[in-house]
Amino acid sequence: MTAVTDDTIAVRRSWHDAALGFCRRQPLGTFGLAIVVIAALAGLSAEWIAPYNPTSNDFEAMTQPPSLAHWLGTDQFGRDLLSRIIYGARTALIIGFVSAFVGGFAGLVLGVGSAYFGGTTDLILQRVMDVLMAFPLIIMALAVVAIFGTGVQNVIAAITVPLIPRCARVIRASALSIREVPYIDAARTSGFSHARIILRHMVPNVVAPFLIMLTAFVGQAILAEASLSYLGLGVQEPTPAWGLMLQGGAEEYASTAPWIAVFPGLAIALTVFGFSLFGDALRDAIDPKLRER
Amino acid sequence: MTTRTGWLSAGLSIALASALIATPAMAQAIKKGGTLTYMIPADAPPSLDGHKENTFATLHATAPFYSTLISINPDNPSSSTDFVCDLCTEMPKPTDDGKTYTFKIRKGVKFHDGTPLTAADIAKSWQYIVHPPKGVSSARASYMVMVDSVESPDPETVVFKLKFATSAFLPALADPFAYIYKKDILEKDPAWYEKNVLGSGPFKFVEYETGQSVKGVRNPDYYHEGKPYLDGFTAIFAAKQSVRVDAIRADRAATEFRGVPPSARDELVKELGDKITVQTSDWNCVNLLTPNQKKKPFDDVRVRRALALAIDPWKGAPALSKIATVHTVGGLVFPGSPLAANKEELQKIVGFGTDIEKARAEARKLLKEAGAEGLKFELMNRNVDQPYKFVATWAIDEWSKIGVKVTQRVLPTGPFYEALRGGTFEVAVEFNCQNMVNPLLDVAKVLPRSVYPENYGGYEDPKLIELYNSMLKETDPAKQRAKMRDFETYALDTQVVTIMTPWWSRIIAHRSYMKGWKISPSHYLNLNLANIWLDK
Repeated sequence: MTAVTDDTIAVRRSWHDAALGFCRRQPLGTFGLAIVVIAALAGLSAEWIAPYNPTSNDFEAMTQPPSLAHWLGTDQFGRDLLSRIIYGARTALIIGFVSAFVGGFAGLVLGVGSAYFGGTTDLILQRVMDVLMAFPLIIMALAVVAIFGTGVQNVIAAITVPLIPRCARVIRASALSIREVPYIDAARTSGFSHARIILRHMVPNVVAPFLIMLTAFVGQAILAEASLSYLGLGVQEPTPAWGLMLQGGAEEYASTAPWIAVFPGLAIALTVFGFSLFGDALRDAIDPKLRER
Repeated sequence: MTTRTGWLSAGLSIALASALIATPAMAQAIKKGGTLTYMIPADAPPSLDGHKENTFATLHATAPFYSTLISINPDNPSSSTDFVCDLCTEMPKPTDDGKTYTFKIRKGVKFHDGTPLTAADIAKSWQYIVHPPKGVSSARASYMVMVDSVESPDPETVVFKLKFATSAFLPALADPFAYIYKKDILEKDPAWYEKNVLGSGPFKFVEYETGQSVKGVRNPDYYHEGKPYLDGFTAIFAAKQSVRVDAIRADRAATEFRGVPPSARDELVKELGDKITVQTSDWNCVNLLTPNQKKKPFDDVRVRRALALAIDPWKGAPALSKIATVHTVGGLVFPGSPLAANKEELQKIVGFGTDIEKARAEARKLLKEAGAEGLKFELMNRNVDQPYKFVATWAIDEWSKIGVKVTQRVLPTGPFYEALRGGTFEVAVEFNCQNMVNPLLDVAKVLPRSVYPENYGGYEDPKLIELYNSMLKETDPAKQRAKMRDFETYALDTQVVTIMTPWWSRIIAHRSYMKGWKISPSHYLNLNLANIWLDK
């Protein structure tokens, strides 16, 4: 009776307490979350906080070093780097989140479905996943962009496709063990539909690894977007995007105007680092074995 | 004092004379051997066929393998009138009131497979260029509209008969893409040269790794005695400028033959000092912003006019020249040419006015009238940094000032050409890059595709063709210039078939040990490498 009461209290613990607990136990994760939140806020409020129009050329201010007028300097077209980085956060996060969520959910459906149905379905799906997994993420993304062309939508597709098998494989592993537990058999014998069993009994039990993977995927997707843009195959000018800024600046002005490459590079590194720290901490917080340590 | 001055003068004279004597002697001390490595600033060309293609990517990869009938003088490539024989024995004087040119052909020239090259091969190659058979593509047929027939009455004679006399013929004949192919192969399979190489030029083909590199070795049977000086060459494809500049900096390549931007030149000179030699020239090249008139709303001249009015070339050119390989505001004709519009004439054409605010107000009004307020479109561009992407970024910002929102789609060279030819674009950043400065033919780029195959605007315009033909046949320079103004005004102002951007500026930075090569106003000229030697 006592144990039940404790569990009930734990479940009812407020978000506030949970957040404070997370911060206390996971200081690095909290730091990562703070970076992610700052990037997200910057992206969401870019119109209000960016000091200049990020796509407007100013030929009077070409390649100016950081100053009071332009805190992070300007690029070769005289565009304010701070404004482009702030707007670039939006591009990075839109592509990162959309790719991660679409790829993640597709992987979730395929992974759970593959584990639940098993047999030939599982065999075929897993061989397809094997083929897709054989290509490194960036190579797969390059292939997709080569077929469909550049642009934000195509870049999202290019990054989403290689994420699907990665998610499906992990989720399937978790779902396979859940498939064997008695309550799934009970649900089957009760005559519940496949959809109900999958959605109400299996999916909730793989949410923990799924959430951890999602955070990792966002970071990977941001990095992949930056890589594609850097290679000239991702987002195109004049859209502010960190990888694209690196491409334009790092190549020609590395020695004469290094700030053009340094600040977007820092933005990419910090954001990916933030997602990585947060993902690790989330895993530690959710995984009961690690939580007890 | 007088005596001392006299001795000094004498000493200086001797020193000067010695220098004058020594300079030619030193210039003649050509060293043979070595392999030249250079970069090709592009990805894989659509094909290796010079007759079909119009891109430097094809030419830079294949020119050293082929011969042409005549060429620009490699020792004076800046001249637009100094031609020399390549396969012919001497430059002919026209007969029949300037309508017949008879070329005598060198004896003993061999293709790289050992078979003899005769006048029949030259005539057949030129027949395919001038009048390509059905199913065969010739990018230069429109340049040769003046040619009636090409015949080879005997193995050592080729005769060109013209429909009308024109000063545009010889420059057109010196086209560096006009490779001489083997007659038998052309007749058997005209597409063979798209994927294969067989010429008679200074270098023999060794291998081509698609989009990676091309290699050639010295042709020991080359007909220009003593040439080529190099043992061979390796050309490496690299679309990214940083890769090319790094290669030159690290001496993995001696140069690239297209051109580098001012920032790269400054960087190389700063780091390498006298190990780098810089040659500069005006460039017979310009990017055009071409609306596809088969797509709405670009079929409406008011929309095209608005797009032209939004752009301020007078402010853009000097600023862009600091970061990109562009420099001069101009109309359809290469600036500096006698046929080019002067500033006063240019300012009468839409998009060249000096009051940009007034022009943009008019542009907004035109868009409103055309029902195209808040216009959004996709600008198709080529995956080449300089100056394509710079020009596009500039133009997109200029268009945003009249409320037009533009996104950019960048494609590699092959798909870019496919999209141009297939008409699957709204507005494209294309180009008019010519080899010889030959304005009468250069401006043919804006003629409809039925006349000029490399036009992608998707329009037909009999009046434009009529104006052009009238100008082409005019032999009086003053009248010809007046007709050029009519043609230019009709194309750029009345119909706005394309929008001009600043003309290019060519900067070649090469390792100082690369000798014997001189810059020209075109990245298509002087590329067979026969004169280059390495001072190592």
